[in-house]
Formats: sequence, C-alpha cells, structure tokens
Amino acid sequence: MASATSSEPVHHIALTLSDQLPALQVLIPFVAAPLMVFIGVRSLAWPIAFLASLASLVISVLLLQRVIGGSEISYHMGGWAPPLGIEYRVDAANAFVLLLISAISSVVLAYARGSLKAEVPEKNHTLFYALYLLCLTGLLGVVITGDAFNVFVFLEISSLSTYVLIAQGSYRDKRALTASYNYLIMGTIGATFFVIGIGFLYMATGTLNMADLAERISEQRDSRTIRAAFAFIVVGIGLKAAIYPLHLWLPNAYTYAPSPVSAFLAGTATKMAIYVLLRFMFTVFQPEFLADIKILEAVIIPFALIAMFAASISAFYQRDIKRMLAHSSVAQLGYMLLGIGFFSHTGLTATIIHLFNHGITKAALFMGAGCFVFAVGATSYEKLKGLGKTMPWTSAAMVIGGMSLVGIPGTAGFVSKWVLVQAAFENGWWGFAFLIVLSSIIAVAYVWRMIETLYLSAPTEGVTAKEAPLSMLIPLCLMALSTIYFGFATDITLSASKAAASGLLSGSSGLH
Amino acid sequence: MRHHLILRVITKLLVGTIFLFALYVQFHGDYSPGGGFQAGVIMAVGFIIYGIVFTLEKVKAVFPPWLVHKVVALGVLIYAGTGIYSLFYGYGYLDYAAIDPHHPVHGQHLGILIVELGVGVTVTGVMVAVYYAFAARAPSLSDEDW
Amino acid sequence: MFEEMTVEFILGHLNYWFFILLMMTGLYVVIAKGNLVKKIVGLNIFQTSVFMLYISTGKVEGGTAPIFPMDMKIDPEMIYSNPLPHVLILTAIVVGIATTSLGLALIIRIREEYHTIEEHEIAEQETKISLAELNGDQLISGGNS
Repeated sequence: MASATSSEPVHHIALTLSDQLPALQVLIPFVAAPLMVFIGVRSLAWPIAFLASLASLVISVLLLQRVIGGSEISYHMGGWAPPLGIEYRVDAANAFVLLLISAISSVVLAYARGSLKAEVPEKNHTLFYALYLLCLTGLLGVVITGDAFNVFVFLEISSLSTYVLIAQGSYRDKRALTASYNYLIMGTIGATFFVIGIGFLYMATGTLNMADLAERISEQRDSRTIRAAFAFIVVGIGLKAAIYPLHLWLPNAYTYAPSPVSAFLAGTATKMAIYVLLRFMFTVFQPEFLADIKILEAVIIPFALIAMFAASISAFYQRDIKRMLAHSSVAQLGYMLLGIGFFSHTGLTATIIHLFNHGITKAALFMGAGCFVFAVGATSYEKLKGLGKTMPWTSAAMVIGGMSLVGIPGTAGFVSKWVLVQAAFENGWWGFAFLIVLSSIIAVAYVWRMIETLYLSAPTEGVTAKEAPLSMLIPLCLMALSTIYFGFATDITLSASKAAASGLLSGSSGLH
Repeated sequence: MRHHLILRVITKLLVGTIFLFALYVQFHGDYSPGGGFQAGVIMAVGFIIYGIVFTLEKVKAVFPPWLVHKVVALGVLIYAGTGIYSLFYGYGYLDYAAIDPHHPVHGQHLGILIVELGVGVTVTGVMVAVYYAFAARAPSLSDEDW
Repeated sequence: MFEEMTVEFILGHLNYWFFILLMMTGLYVVIAKGNLVKKIVGLNIFQTSVFMLYISTGKVEGGTAPIFPMDMKIDPEMIYSNPLPHVLILTAIVVGIATTSLGLALIIRIREEYHTIEEHEIAEQETKISLAELNGDQLISGGNS
C-alpha cells in the first residue's frame, strides 16, 4: 500500500469491474444476507437470495472462462500486496469448484421456495435465507482465498450457518437438533485442529499466504513442526470432509436437515472440504512432501477403500432414503480420495471431475427426496412404496440420479468412474480397477432397493401422494437432466478438471 | 427488584457511564487499545445490566428485539458498505485509500473508524440478541415482526 | 529424540506443555462427559489452548507492544512483539464465542424437546423413535414447536 503522506494525488491505476470479480464473488452473497434482514420484508427475502446466488453464478462462469487456459488471477484485499495482505487467488482448480458451488446453490434456492414452506415455519424464512447466503459466502470464500488463516475464518462462517440450517429441520423431526449439536462438536474440533495446524505452519515459516507457505515449506520438509502441522490439517479437514472414520456426523445431519439444506450441503460442503484438502496437499505441502511421509499409502488409500465398501454396504441396509443417500455420500467420497491416492495427473483429474459430477448427482437426489417429504411428509421406504405411479416426475429424476450414482454409461457418474479406472490402469494397479467396479455393484444394490420401493411395491395404505409443485419439479428435473448432459458433454467437465489438476500440480516437478 | 433500592439507583447511574465508556473505547480505537469488538461488548453490557436489574420487559421496551435484528444487519452493512465504496472508485475491496485519494493516510484513519463503527454496532446487536434469546425463552419475535 | 529432553528444553517450552495439557483436558471433557453443557465447556477449554499456543508464539523476548510513537520516530533498537498472532486469535475468539452461544442455544432447544441434556438419555429416546419407525408406527417424533 502506498502510504505517502504528501498531498499529491497518489498514483493509482483504477480497477475495472472485471478486476473486481474475485471480490464480488464472495461479496455479493455476503452483502445480500444482512440486507434482507435489514429490509425485513419476508416476501423480498427469497428474490434477494436468488438474485445474489445467480449473480455469483455468473461471476464464477466469467472467472472460470478467464483462468481455464492456465492463467491465475490474484486479487489483493484492501490493496495490501501478498504475502502481507490477504490474497484471493483464482486458478482453474478453484474456479471450477466455485462454479459447482454457486450453480448448485442457485438451483437449490429455486427449489427451496416451495420446499421450505412445507418444512420450516414462515417466520423463520428471512433468517433462513440469510443464513443460506452466509453459508454460501463461507463456502465460496474458503475456495477462493489464497490465505491459510482466511480459510479457517470462512470455514467457520459456513459451518456456523450450516449448524443453524440443519437445526431448522427440528420442525419436522426433533432429532435434527441433536444431529446439529453433534455436527457442531465435531465440526468445531475439526476447525480447531485445522487452526492448530495453521499455527504450527506459521511458527515454522512466519507466513500465512499459501504460495509463500509452499515455497518455505519445501525448504524444510523434514521439520517435525511441519509434519505435525500437516497431520493436524489433514485430520481437521478430514472431519469436515467426512473422510471415512471421521464421517459420523454426516448421516444424521443430512437426514434430518430440511431438504433444501441437505441438497445444498450434499452438493457443496464436503466438496469444498475435499478441495481444501487437495489445495493443502498439493499446493501448500507439495507432492514431494506427500511422497516423503507416505501418507497416501498409509492413510488415504486404505480409508478410501474402506469407505467405498463399508459405507456402501451400510447404505444398502438403510430404511430411509435420505439416510441411504447420506451413507452413499461417504462411499462416494472414497472414490475422490482414491483419486488422490493414485498420485497422478489422471488420478487428480478423476477426483476433481467426480467432485463435480457427484455434487450435481447428490444435489438432484436430495432434491428428489425433498419432493417426497413435500408429498408424503416422510422419507422412509415404508412410506414411499409405489410412489412411482403417483409421482412420476420425481421418481424418474430419482432413477436418473441413482443411475449416475452407480455410474451407468450416459450419466455423469460414469464419466468420473471411467477416468478413475483409467488412472488405476495408468498406475498398473489392476486390482484397484476391479475394486472400483465391485463397489459400484454394491451401489447398484442400494439404488435398486430405492427403485424397487418406488416402482415395484404396492403403495402403503393410507399414504396419498400428489406430485410436487412445478416450482420444485423444474429445478429437480434441471439438475437430473444435467447429470445426463454432463454424461455426454464430457469435454466441458473433463477439460476443466484437467486444467484444475494441472493447476494444483503446477508448483511441483514430481508429477505431470 | 422493587426492594433493591441501592441496586436500582446505582444501575441507573452506571448505565449512562457504561455507554459513554463504550463510545470512548469505540472512537479511541486507533490510538489506544480498543475498537469495535470491545466497545460493542461494553455497550451491550449497558443494556444487559439494565435488563437484569429492571426486568427483561423494561429493556425490551428500550431496545425492542426487531430493532436488535436490524442493528445486527446494519453493522455488517456499514462494514461491507465501506468496502463497496472503494470498489466504486476503482480501488480494491476495503482499500481505504479510496476515501481520500489525495491523502491515503487520512483515508485509512477514516476508513478504519467507519469499519470499527460497523463492527461495534453489530457486536452490540449480537450480544444483546444473545442475551434476549437466552433470557426469554418465549418466542420473542411475533409473527408480525417479519 | 530423547537426548533432546533436557531440563532447558522442557522449561524452555513451558507454553507448549501447557498448550498440550489444556488441549488434552478439553478433548477429554468433550469425549468423556455425557452432559451436553459440559461438552461445550470442554470445547471451550480446547479452543482456549489454541489461543494460548498462538499468543505465546507472538511474544518476542524483551519485546514491547507494537505501537509506533505518534511522531513516527522509530528507534531501530526497539524490539516489538509480533502482533499478528493476536489479530488472528481475536478472530478465533469471536468464532469461539459464536460457537459457544450457538451450542448453548441448541442445548436449550434440545432440552425443550427431549426434557434432558444427558447424552445417554437422549440416545435412549432416539432409539425408541427409530424402533417405532421401524415397526411402521406413526411418526411419534413430529415437531411440536
């Protein structure tokens, strides 16, 4: 910052609107949230929220267009240059995740208007949308920032609003409160672990800027402080990302949260955490460091495999559609971790593309589950029997989502599993390719159970269902169709994921 | 509380002083220890002590819950608004130089003052809101308030 | 690594020992106690340990408060403590307050719905609800507030 004290005008090149995009990305939802509370007119809350979300979607598209070629944008908060100031850094990897988060947020918000009326009392709606936008702010902020401590701050903004959003489910089922409380305890422990890790990094290097950290860590890779920092950060983010043994908060939280919240979180929150994990592993700590400490072989791959199987099997035994989807989320996170474990460009591409594809798939499925809540007030299989006839559109969307979850060719899920299997072949790890296919077969089993319930069972007596209103069906079908669209138009997501993987690996020489 | 004459008199005397001290801490923040967070909490203490001594209804008459919510939002808007102001002048977000381009240091003084004011307003609101939420477990916001 | 464990090493890193002690106390309380309020207390102790870790690293021996004199005549001999950890921890403290008040608010709501704040009693009630759902009974857990 130029802090000249003379009265001469200080030379300053004015920033144009397009230079301000990285700040606006986070700023628009952040300002819209208090604005709607300040205005306090309930009928305006949803339009403001929706417009803000759409605006950040447009911005994320513009940002991705600018960085997909491999360039980077650096935005200096308050005019303070990094590494002293806080820097927002956009490259292909986080622009892609920004796009995912703001896109899912916009579609889910369109859907939330109808769904929320059935699940949350009207007087809470203004604050609900405000918190939703704050959660969006937090998620976008975590992804866009280039400052390690800033990640913690945004992480807590998104987490704190998430806890409240989940607790709003208590109007439907009181267990939402305990689910939210448990998530609060686990999430806070996770965030605190993360901040301890950042503290160790700061002690060892004296900086908080990610690019600067990467440089200084590579000079002292053997330092015990750095290694302790890495352990704390991985466990902390692992709690947020629901990596297999740390996932216990997730099923209850997703099951009892209001449906739009489940859809939003399932599509974005764990994805954001996986992105942070990738960013810290590959940009801040560098692949060479990972190879040194053998974390991939010792931790990531084993837990990824356990997640793929154990969580899939427990998904099969669930009797509630939302709970089944939640367990399946943990299993799908296993695939993303496996992609990291392959430790190659293709593996990372698989992780990032699965992050996107699974995000839209799960959002579609949870939105479908929300339509069931709207129609019959419950999501247990018992109540959903035979709904395929009375709710044809919702059920069809659920089937499409389920197929994408399994990875049937022609859906988005297939693309990411294909890349993952390719990565396994590239490494010559044939067994892993087999295990990926095997776990997909378990996915077939639990998805089939859902389809069987919806189409082949006789309706439970006393359950009358009507198709959900169009305001919910259109976003749902849009999301379901997009899983098919991205199953065919693979070049968009693939090129973005490849650019993202290259961006993450750009600082290192070990991988290409 | 009808009997605690001394408590009531002292509280009445104290509340004004507490507010004054809060404002002192608020606006002296850039020369000495202090700032929005501390000032906000001290300001909220004024309301809370009034509520403890003279019942919740009395303090809610002074600072109604709907106003608390607006104040919370207002503070964040002041804070973010300062940043947005600099966007319009072609500076980065929260670049205080935009407030006085000829004198960036003056701009910084003014900028941090306004931002801290926003922080103080929000912290006051949040602390009072937390107190209301815990002290009155009846729904404090009626349906019409929104 | 044990040859490093001299008296100087142990006494010289006293802040870290206390950090570990507090951190473990906090984590233990969070994990071992069944009372929801006590868990929040444990969480607070845990977070406080981190504040201590950060702030103690900002201390420079012989350093003073990093406030420049008004005339900006800075004595090059002067040693200042590092203010950055304090600033970071100010943010973390605010986050901690938000977490605590949100947790306590949730506990109030839990108590209103479950009439207890003991973890095992809540778990019992939830098992009952799940079993009832399993047997196809009407939902007995419908919200009521």
